[in-house]
Amino acid sequence: MLVQARFSAIKGIKPHEWLIRFVFGGAVCVIAGLIAQRYGPVVGGLFLAFPAIFPAGASLVEAHEKQHKARAGYDGTNRGRIVAAIDAYGAAMGCVGLAAFAVVFWIWVPRTSPWVVFPLATLVWLTFAVGLWLLRKKRMLLHK
Amino acid sequence: MPAELSESLLRFFIGGVIVSFFAALAEMFSPKSFAGLFGAAPSIALATLGITISSQGRQYAATEARSMILGAIAFLCYAAATSWFLWRYKPAALTATVSLIPIWFAVSFALWLVVR
Repeated sequence: MLVQARFSAIKGIKPHEWLIRFVFGGAVCVIAGLIAQRYGPVVGGLFLAFPAIFPAGASLVEAHEKQHKARAGYDGTNRGRIVAAIDAYGAAMGCVGLAAFAVVFWIWVPRTSPWVVFPLATLVWLTFAVGLWLLRKKRMLLHK
Repeated sequence: MPAELSESLLRFFIGGVIVSFFAALAEMFSPKSFAGLFGAAPSIALATLGITISSQGRQYAATEARSMILGAIAFLCYAAATSWFLWRYKPAALTATVSLIPIWFAVSFALWLVVR
């Protein structure tokens, strides 16, 4: 199977890891709002694509992989860092979707209801991000 | 409670919830290259643009979204550089991701200077 979803993986997230994500996410949203208030929407808008929880996320990915290898009796330090690199590569592909979300929002929100624009832009983000990932996966399979 | 403070609290709460939601999605999926897609989810935009529309109007939110395109290009450069750096030199993920954040600032503000 190309992609697997394990709901049980969520149970592995520790309370302090939830807290880090919640606080970082919330803080960046507040900071983005304050920057827009102080410097205007042009500068404030840049921060809507700020890699807010990316450092925390990547280090948690590394830590989880390291723990996984440690349970099997290996030193997973290098493996953890490689997995974090792969995660970052995925994020880079996701950025294409993020830009597509912004384009749809920019064009449509002045003339259409936000109730339509939010789901539409989210769908476009998901389509671009997953589509690009599938395209890359297909190319990799063809070159094997 | 002043309106600005209550708006900031609302942004904090909604932002925290949405970012945590996408983080949980990223944790669920494998392979990690797919899970990484959620690391660049429009979580901040989803959390704040609705509040912006209600307080400042649609045109203001559209202007923010236009700048967000530049921020997303900067994020792409930052994430690609981080991936390469981690793959090539294998430093601790937190060291790599935090030390390379200036790439995001440099690219986004350079693009802003070009298009303003």
